[in-house]
Formats: sequence, C-alpha cells, structure tokens
Amino acid sequence: MRLLTHNMLSSNIKGVANGFPLGIEVEKVIEKQVELSADFLRNLFPKIEWKALVDAARTMGYAELPEEVDSSMLDSNEFLTKFHHALLELHLEEGALVCPETGRRFPVTKGIPNMLLHEDEV
Amino acid sequence: MSSRPELQAPPDIFYNDAEARKYTSSSRIIEIQAKLSERALELLALPDDDVPRLLLDIGCGSGLSGETLSENGHQWIGLDISQSMLNVALEREVEGDLLVGDMGQGLGLRPGVIDGAISISAVQWLCNADKSSHDPRLRLKAFFGSLYRCLARGARAVLQVYPENLAQRELILSFAMRAGFAGGVVVDFPHSTKSRKEYLVLTCGPPSINTSVPTGKGEDGESCSEDESSGDEENQTVSISDRHRPRKRQKITKKGKGREWILRKKEQRRRRGDDVHPDTKYTARKRKPRF
Ligand SMILES: C[S@@+](CC[C@H](N)C(=O)[O-])C[C@H]1O[C@@H](n2cnc3c(N)ncnc32)[C@H](O)[C@@H]1O
Repeated sequence: MRLLTHNMLSSNIKGVANGFPLGIEVEKVIEKQVELSADFLRNLFPKIEWKALVDAARTMGYAELPEEVDSSMLDSNEFLTKFHHALLELHLEEGALVCPETGRRFPVTKGIPNMLLHEDEV
Repeated sequence: MSSRPELQAPPDIFYNDAEARKYTSSSRIIEIQAKLSERALELLALPDDDVPRLLLDIGCGSGLSGETLSENGHQWIGLDISQSMLNVALEREVEGDLLVGDMGQGLGLRPGVIDGAISISAVQWLCNADKSSHDPRLRLKAFFGSLYRCLARGARAVLQVYPENLAQRELILSFAMRAGFAGGVVVDFPHSTKSRKEYLVLTCGPPSINTSVPTGKGEDGESCSEDESSGDEENQTVSISDRHRPRKRQKITKKGKGREWILRKKEQRRRRGDDVHPDTKYTARKRKPRF
C-alpha cells in the first residue's frame, strides 16, 4: 500500500466520527520506482490532506516533504519529485493501519491492508 | 447445481485458489474481463486530456480489470473480499494498491477524492444474504452511499453487473438512485444471450449533460451474432433504459415465449427439415404446477 491510498482511506467502523488519518505501524517498507506524472500530481494535489501525508511519510522513514505547501509549489520540479516519491514510491509492505478513534488494528500483509470489519463493527 | 456462482457460495469462498487460478490460466476469462473493463473505462467518460486519474476498482479480483486502467495511465485502488483473488493480483504485479474489504460494509474512503470507479461482474453479489447477519438492502445501501460520498462531484461509476433477474436489477438500481446517483443501465448486445452485457452508468452530483446515459451497442441486433467476438461494433445503436423511462416494455418481453413464439420457432425448424411435432391445441399450453 502506498501513501496515496493511505491518504484516502478512513476507518469506517460503526460509530467512529473521524476515522482519518489511520495510524501506521511499520514493520517493513519497500520502495518501487514509478514514472512521474506532473499532470497526475497537479490534479490530485487539491484532494490531498497534506499534514497526514507529511506525517505518514515521516513514519515510513521519509522526512523530505515540506510542512507547509501551496499550489504554486506545483511548478517546482524539486517539489514534484518529493511529492511523487512520498505518494507513489513508498510501500507499506508489512505492518498495520490503526483506527485513530478506537485503536483497532488493520493488519497489512504482503502490502495489502485487511480492512474487513467484524460483524459488531458494521 | 445452478450455474450462477452467486448461488453456490459466498464470494470469499467461491473465489478460492482454484477459481482464482482461472484468472491467470483461462484465456477466455482473461479476454472477457479485459473487454468488459475497456468498455467500463470508455463509459466512465473521463475528460479527454490525458491526465492520469485516481480510480477505484470494486471487486478488483485478480487485477485483470485494473491492468486495463494502468494501461491507460491511471492510478487505481482495488478492493476485493477474496484473498485468493488478490494473491493472483500480487503474482501479476499489478500497479494499483490492493485492499481486502467487503463493499457491502461500505467503502472506507474520504469524501470527494475519487475521480471514477469501475466494477466488473461483482456488485450483483450484494443481492445475496450469505450470512444470517446479511441484509442485502442494508448492504446495497452501505455500498452505494459510501460510493457516492467518496466520488468527486460529477465523477462517474460504471458497474458491469449480472443481475439474476429483473427484480435484482431493479433492486440494485433503486439503491443507486436512493444514494443520489443519476444515470441508468446501458445494455450492449441486448438480443444476444451470450454477448449481452449490462452496465450501470452512474453520475455523482447534480444532473448535467454528463448525467445522460450513453448508448449501448447492438440494440437492433440484426448484425449481432451470438458469438462473443463477432459483434460488428460499427453498425450498432442505442439501448438505454434509465429511471425516467417506464419499464413496461421490458416486462412485456419478459413474459416472452408464448404460443406464437413457439409456433414460429417450430415453423423455422420445419423449414430446416427438422423432425418437429405437429402443432395442436396443446402446443405451448400452460401446464399445471404438478405436471
Ligand atoms: C467476476 S470476479 C471479477 C474479477 C476482477 N474484475 C478481475 O479482473 O479479476 C468478481 C469479484 O468480485 C469480488 N466480490 C464479490 N463480492 C464482493 C464484496 N462483497 N466485496 C468485495 N469484493 C467482492 C469477488 O471476490 C471476485 O473477485
């Protein structure tokens, strides 16, 4: 799972009012290179919760993202490269996602989070 | 036993390792999945600007449908309830992110972030109650409600489905509409039992030109053969049914094969030289239930 997905996921356990962002427990992170698309990044940027991305990237061992951003930075190649790397090249391979309200852990194995809810959580 | 997988076992049981294996080994399954996905992507009608989007693949399974999205440059998140199917997707090294999840529990995604969603042959599974705690209506409601919320305004969801019957299609569609979607059903090759495919084309947000339902392929059927591969796509025209149209016509055709139809078929076979029973007053007569 990449941080792109982490930035969109939210715990939907019954009764949870704010399930975002999910905490990250890291056991293993891997990196995979992918081609950068500035168009994709620019289109997606307004939908990103920036603070959550910065924190998640730091948890995954990548601390290069600026704390503060504005859309003018999307003209900078240096910024795009970092944004791209954090969003699409870091994978949580083993570990867990954690509901911020209930502390419920969603295990991540072979890069796949298991988001299935128990019956009493639906 | 029924040939409908939905009636055999819950999806996480039906799509076991053996079934999942078919998605790498059967060229027929692979080809059909790819075709359906391409058509779904076409019906998504993303802006024609070459910008890669963030898409969702619901019931992404082995990732065949996701591969179509990747080939077109998009990023995607795939959700599936079957670990065996997702293992095949891993083997295939798909580019999208995968999640184990049950769409009937609702999609746990932030509001307004997804640019479009596709689903290939998965949503009809929601019509079954696989556990005593399952209520299809609640699950359809959770699914469509959460799908509506996570899509960006004006974004589309294209769901290719195999409803078991008219009632099931109506059920699925009614929950989509109740969630706020506009749109309807597009039917490709409606006169072919094999090639017939239906897609729910749903648009999120207030009606606009974008919410009109696109045209299906092969409505008139003259050129449409039963063969999966030989549809003449150029000559095919519209088939639309959406919620603004009364469903009467479909209901009539559903009653379908009456005496007239049978007489016509028998006549056809006679002309072909087949040995056919003579027509009598008993032909196509309704039988009593105990027959
Ligand atoms: C016909 S397969 C489609 C596979 C996929 N499009 C592919 O390319 O491999 C239907 C898929 O829907 C999934 N499915 C069925 N019910 C589901 C549910 N409630 N939530 C998530 N996925 C489900 C099944 O596990 C199966 O992988």
